[in-house]
Amino acid sequence: MLKFDNVSKRYPETGDVLHNVSFHLQQGEIAFLTGHSGAGKTTLLKLIAVMERCTRGEIFLDSQCLSHVKERQLPFLRRKMGFIYQDYKLLADRTVFDNVALPLAIAGFGHLEIKRRVRASLDKVGLLGKERKFPQALSGGEQQRVGIARAVVNKPPLIVADEPTGNLDPELSAEIMLLFEQFQQVGVTVLIASHDISLISQMNHRVLKLDHGQLVL
Amino acid sequence: MKPVKRKPTRPIVKKPVKHDTRQTRTAGGNFVDKLHAYRDHHAHALFSSLGRLVATPFTSIMTIAVLAISIALASGFYIMVINVQQLTANLESSNQISLFLKDDVTDEEAADLAGNIRKNPSVQTVKVISKEQALTEFKTYSGFGAAINLLEKNPLPIVLQVLPKNALQDKQELDSLFKTVEKFDEVDYAQIDMQWVERLHSIVEVARCATTLFSVMIGIGILFIIGNTIRLELHNRRDEVMIAKLVGATNSFIQRPFLYTGFWIGFISGVSAWFIDAILMLILRQPVEKLSGLYEGELHLIFLSFTETIELLIISSLLGVISSWAVLLVQLRHTRPE
Ligand SMILES: Nc1ncnc2c1ncn2[C@@H]1O[C@H](COP(=O)(O)OP(=O)(O)O)[C@@H](O)[C@H]1O
Ligand SMILES: [Mg+2]
Repeated sequence: MLKFDNVSKRYPETGDVLHNVSFHLQQGEIAFLTGHSGAGKTTLLKLIAVMERCTRGEIFLDSQCLSHVKERQLPFLRRKMGFIYQDYKLLADRTVFDNVALPLAIAGFGHLEIKRRVRASLDKVGLLGKERKFPQALSGGEQQRVGIARAVVNKPPLIVADEPTGNLDPELSAEIMLLFEQFQQVGVTVLIASHDISLISQMNHRVLKLDHGQLVL
Repeated sequence: MKPVKRKPTRPIVKKPVKHDTRQTRTAGGNFVDKLHAYRDHHAHALFSSLGRLVATPFTSIMTIAVLAISIALASGFYIMVINVQQLTANLESSNQISLFLKDDVTDEEAADLAGNIRKNPSVQTVKVISKEQALTEFKTYSGFGAAINLLEKNPLPIVLQVLPKNALQDKQELDSLFKTVEKFDEVDYAQIDMQWVERLHSIVEVARCATTLFSVMIGIGILFIIGNTIRLELHNRRDEVMIAKLVGATNSFIQRPFLYTGFWIGFISGVSAWFIDAILMLILRQPVEKLSGLYEGELHLIFLSFTETIELLIISSLLGVISSWAVLLVQLRHTRPE
């Protein structure tokens, strides 16, 4: 489903951030990407979103080679992925509903379909009553769940999360992890970057450990 | 009429249901639904960008005021030129030769001379304006009535207005007529009115040309002002642009609200400019009507016609869209998600 093949990333300022990274995620698999701060986790996720391009190697999503995707095809590629960020990246001047609806509006869904899907998605993360609220009026855990609802509303086959529990207490973190497991159960592939060792060890999932840009086993 | 060739009716091939459901899942419904969604999205972008302008009234009014005044200046000059132009167009029909007679010529002698000139085959009519007539006219229209009453003697000469046949088709004919009538002893001074009409025409032509240049300059200025406004707006909404990009927005999706913002700024400025021009016209109407009296009522103010008004609105809206588009083209290329 997602395949890294000897991927390296070099920034002109900082040199090699990722070095010969290879792994393969199957469809419906959950994996944690872990490692010390500065190990290159965020960089690896940026390569998946094609926010950065790798210096060497190839990345495949299904059979599509991400290193050769043209700029104009990028939007359509990104619609196949749902991204979740540590800082949520919500639009402060839009309601919860509008935030979650954004990927659907972009994909050109009609408003009835948008309404149906947004409600289904908010229901899944337990925020159905808060559609009309603005993000500022929500707690951190709720904002993160809005971010998750937005990431899954388009039903992407791949979900990528960068430190999704970084700002949350352990209880909320566990709740969020449960959500990810629910998505896995319907066949979604999930990749979660996190340095929260205790959380990772509680759960029995594959772990990819980065150390100074190299994958260690 | 040619018989219409009919294509043989093809059997309707039903797409497999499986394919349809897949499309519903990934692309958001059938074609008609998508079309509706597209239209709804445009309508939403159109009104939400107007809403944004209204939400920041101070900034919007500042920008639009600058633009409206610039557009009003350019179109105001244009209105001035078309008014002067219609005035000179009316003057064209009064191409005639004025003969100012010597002071000692009596009314009878003048009438004789007029009769003499009428015999010339290229002359249509000759009108005699006596000293008294000229004075009355002058008193009524010049506003110097009281001052003139103080004069002991009427200072104005008798004037013969010679109107040629087939008014001025032939310049040489006019010239030769001029030379003939100029030589009469009674004539003190002769003048073809056309000379100054022609001069006026070329002055108007220069003014017209200058107005075009001036409008182009203003148009370029407007491009920069709106472009800069859109650039600021894009900067303010940078987060939104980034997030939209990350969830798969195409550049045209991101551009759309900004293009509509540009459109609204241009359009509203155009409408305001029209009203500014209209108010200026109302203010100018009275003095112009007074002036019109001097021209024997030939001067009527004209304003932008319906077509010209539409053109004004289209041009200002287009300026808004074009400058936004150019700015977005450059700026969005440099906006990469972080
Ligand atoms: N845009 C960039 N330009 C240059 N260096 C960068 C950039 N982004 C990240 N780095 C460097 O890459 C390394 C890995 O960063 P990152 O992937 O953010 O680590 P992590 O997410 O694991 O904490 C760091 O040393 C960082 O300084
Ligand atoms: Mg990071």
